[in-house]
Amino acid sequence: MTARRYAMAVDTRRCVGCNACVISCKTENALPSGGFRDWIVQEVHGTFPDLTMQIRSERCNHCGDTPCVAACPTGASHVADGGVVLVSKHKCTGCKACMASCPYGARWVHPDGYVDKCTFCLHRVERGQVPACQETCPTRALTFGDLADPASEVSRLVNRRPNLVLQPGAGTRPYVFFLT
Amino acid sequence: MTELDVARHSHLVDPQLHVWGWEIPVYLFLGGMAAGVMILTTLLLARPGERSRALRWLPFAAPALVTVGMVALFLDLEHKLFVWRFYLAFRWTSPMSWGAWILLVVYPVSLLVALAALADDQAGWLAGRLGPLGGLVRRARALALPRAEGLRAANLVVGIGLGLYTGVLLSTLGARALWASSVLGPLFLVSGLSTGAALLMLFPVSHDERHALARWDLWAIGAEVVLLLLFLVGLASGPAASQAAAGLLLGGPYTAAFWALVVVTGLGVPALLEVLEGRKVLRATLVAPALVLVGGLALRWIMVAAGQV
Ligand code: SF4
Ligand code: SF4
Repeated sequence: MTARRYAMAVDTRRCVGCNACVISCKTENALPSGGFRDWIVQEVHGTFPDLTMQIRSERCNHCGDTPCVAACPTGASHVADGGVVLVSKHKCTGCKACMASCPYGARWVHPDGYVDKCTFCLHRVERGQVPACQETCPTRALTFGDLADPASEVSRLVNRRPNLVLQPGAGTRPYVFFLT
Repeated sequence: MTELDVARHSHLVDPQLHVWGWEIPVYLFLGGMAAGVMILTTLLLARPGERSRALRWLPFAAPALVTVGMVALFLDLEHKLFVWRFYLAFRWTSPMSWGAWILLVVYPVSLLVALAALADDQAGWLAGRLGPLGGLVRRARALALPRAEGLRAANLVVGIGLGLYTGVLLSTLGARALWASSVLGPLFLVSGLSTGAALLMLFPVSHDERHALARWDLWAIGAEVVLLLLFLVGLASGPAASQAAAGLLLGGPYTAAFWALVVVTGLGVPALLEVLEGRKVLRATLVAPALVLVGGLALRWIMVAAGQV
């Protein structure tokens, strides 16, 4: 069996920007007031009346090439099972080198003094559940799974549907794919 | 037209790019200045001939500056109790880790160099003032004196490493287009040399030493101008994100501060003053060094702030 590689497909044609994923993440992970691990971006392109809009539910891309992990002086930021990028809060000094190196602004400082970010709800995944954001999404825009398994739903979506990753030029090889 | 609307509004997350406040530029400024002091005092001490009494004390400026800089860095840490975590790991990919360790190496090397540079009566006075630590000072000095030359070489190497690191810290954080330039390391090193020279010139060193410092400062300023040009040209000819970053300094919000404080106040005017002082047209004053210090701080401040917009 090959190693797992967790990924997420975000269907921008289904997402309506309702923020349910944001709120369920906050609840699941007991985030403090003002702290978010995922967020909604609305991007409008064109000149009136020829406008197009894309709505995206964004989070850490659990990149394949991780500047945040490379920048961390203590090893608090690390790549865990399935390529998931995590922060061990008991090692984090809050120096913010990782935040300055992440091109996506996926990290933020928790009021308790450590840096926090999306974990792909690894604690749920280990119990065989899907991430909280996916479970809550009313339009089923989010699909988490193992990209190394060609039969998984996320593999099928990413292989079949046109998609893009954010800032491909940053060289981070993101594993969150936006289906267009 | 492209309009971006991000539906998260929180002081914890947005503007999420602004991760570092005043502490980091101050730390980079003091670290660079300490590097300059280490390099320049080493060079001055290695010259044949008389040394002024002031110069003999000045190597102590390096550890003092580093200490203040580390306090600034410490203030920036969100989890201050975990500062020791820096010293449980060495991560070669992380300049933050390199820096933490370099700072630790600076102390023994620069302190031993400083002790070896003192005249006997100065060392005796220092040992007398330090009470219970006096014995330690005497023993350390006895250790350092016969090895002064090797220590100075080490001081030079560590100083250069420290100066480069202050720029590399930013340049490896590639997420910020303004910082993604390999010129930043050498640029901050020569700027550190210039500010180090300026700091030393504030003290009553001998006429001859002052003259050497002013000459080296002119070289450093010249190199800084070249590197700044390379930096701007490199950005302006790069991809769109780099061009936008260059625009911050060339017509954007940081333009006025950059040209007025860094280029004119920190480089142009002091260079002119030092040339005139060298030609004995003007009497040497503290104006030129003071301006260099303002420019050095402004350079780091603007780089750190503009890199995060
Ligand atoms: S999105 Fe940012 S925090 Fe997440 S893995 Fe990529 S660089 Fe690191
Ligand atoms: S803030 Fe924490 S996780 Fe980020 S680089 Fe510093 S120690 Fe590592």
